[in-house]
Amino acid sequence: MKNIRVLTLMPTVPDTEYIHKCTSACAGCSSDLILRHVLKAAGPDTVLVVPACCTSVLQGVYPNTSFGIPVYNVAFASAAAVASGMAAAFEELGKNTNVIAYAGDGGTVDIGIQALSGALERGTNFLYICYDNEAYGNTGMQRSGSTPLGARTTTTPGGKPHQKKDLDRIIAAHHLPYMATSCSAYPQDIVRKVEKALSIKGPKFLHILAPCPPGWRYDTAKTIEVGKLAVRSGMWAMYEREYDTLTLSGQTKAAMMKPAPLEEYLKIQGRFSGLKPDTIAEIRQSMERNLRLLKKEAEGTC
Amino acid sequence: MRERLAISRPVEGACGETGTWRVFKPVVDREKCNSCGMCAMYCPDGVIDSEYEIDLIFCKGCGICANECPKKAIAMVREGEES
Repeated sequence: MKNIRVLTLMPTVPDTEYIHKCTSACAGCSSDLILRHVLKAAGPDTVLVVPACCTSVLQGVYPNTSFGIPVYNVAFASAAAVASGMAAAFEELGKNTNVIAYAGDGGTVDIGIQALSGALERGTNFLYICYDNEAYGNTGMQRSGSTPLGARTTTTPGGKPHQKKDLDRIIAAHHLPYMATSCSAYPQDIVRKVEKALSIKGPKFLHILAPCPPGWRYDTAKTIEVGKLAVRSGMWAMYEREYDTLTLSGQTKAAMMKPAPLEEYLKIQGRFSGLKPDTIAEIRQSMERNLRLLKKEAEGTC
Repeated sequence: MRERLAISRPVEGACGETGTWRVFKPVVDREKCNSCGMCAMYCPDGVIDSEYEIDLIFCKGCGICANECPKKAIAMVREGEES
């Protein structure tokens, strides 16, 4: 009976946990789930750079921490800049340590974007992971640039009037060796993408959707269900991009052929309660436009 | 004198015994379980080990394991009530 899951579900990763029981993350937190699998895929020779986000809180209280690898907690805007310096130092020492910046969507889309852009432009050898819960979850769900249209947050109680910032296309404009999107509901996909990213030298970027039970207002047990619905309905597209070649992940290809109803994804979450039909139409329009563009790019006709 | 660095050390239970947060606890039906490993893979805190024993000292009771179990072998039972 022992270790069957290691052989069947995740053949490449060892059973070792790098996060000790337990972090102070909310029950059903998908950031916790993502980080667990990212560290399993990265292995012990890894340094984590964490700007202000949920992850800087859920480590525990000094002098204890629940993270079994070195973590640098840095200022909000500086994750990529710190990782850049760290990667340069490791290179000088001749070490192959993985430098992973693990930031929330606020620290990536809004506050950390200039440091990130700079690090990508300099060709820093690091992996930047943005776990996207589509708001500033740590401080009580304020609206971020990543919040989708129509979502209620504490600062947009009537629903956000603006579209979500298209971070992935901003990152793609830097022509990275590797960038990918994933979702917390597919840990095997995350592990595969992290392993692939870490095997490549140069700047890498991973954007992972992280459903958040208190912020998105759904039951804690439904974290995986909501994540899967996001991908199946097409609201979240999963793909990999190596320089200018785009490869769609299987889940998104399936969603393009036979999508789950968008209303199902919106209805399960309290933050989308009371959406007007024209807002739903606008959400659907931008979603379909995104998928159409991705499909064209994957086919090489764009 | 050597200056001491303010470094946190990794220990189990750095955030306290998070099992006290729980309202519903997962109870595994061994008859139905086919050891697929989904629960352990999806557990955000990794409290399910390779023998599918749930560490109730730290389990926060989110219910993801019960929701994702393909065999419906995990039931969420209110704390203090018998299963």
